Amino acid sequence: MSAAGLTRASRAHWGFVAAMVHRLSGLALAIFLPLHFLSLGLAFEREAFDGFIAWSNNPMVKLSEAFLVAALAVHFAGGLRLLAVEFFGLTRAQSIWIASAFAFGVGAGLLFLLRAF
Amino acid sequence: MSPRLYLLQRGTAMVMVPLVIIHLVVIVMAVQGGLTGGEILGRTRGNIAWAAFYSLFVFAAAIHAGIGMQTISREWFGLGNRSATIAGHLFILLLLSLGMRAVFGVYGI
Repeated sequence: MSAAGLTRASRAHWGFVAAMVHRLSGLALAIFLPLHFLSLGLAFEREAFDGFIAWSNNPMVKLSEAFLVAALAVHFAGGLRLLAVEFFGLTRAQSIWIASAFAFGVGAGLLFLLRAF
Repeated sequence: MSPRLYLLQRGTAMVMVPLVIIHLVVIVMAVQGGLTGGEILGRTRGNIAWAAFYSLFVFAAAIHAGIGMQTISREWFGLGNRSATIAGHLFILLLLSLGMRAVFGVYGI
């Protein structure tokens, strides 16, 4: 197969899709982390912290937070997939199923927690 | 990625497996009922165990994210090896300093 053909084939491969999702979710988390820490650091200035928490009740902020929680869960499941392949000798297909099942489980658990309190 | 960085990347990932699960639960519970800043700090201040938990989390996440950013800087942002290494280290320092400041602030230690 030519190099271009191999590249096209790889792009359609589930392993490549999983690697891209893992990288993009990781990048999103890495960009978010300094902002997350900066905002929590406002705890030193009580009024600013209260203002930040009030601002975080804005629906758009909540939506972004939900996106970040999802990114964390997705990156977590993708990481488990990698560890399964590299350290526990599972095949890619097995590990993708396991990570998907785990992500589903974490999602279901979080949904339950959200409704339960 | 060198063998040393590979091990650090995977090692911090393994350390964070239980930390992320606990953090996800904490996130969901913390946002229940639309709390005020005062209520949150009232619960967190002086809690050494949680401060230790999140300090470990900050260290592992900083190293993990720094190595990831080093790779992305090289592959996607077109930085050379040396520049990417420097960028990765600076990112670790940034996350460590901001992260520990946040832990000290929220837990009041």
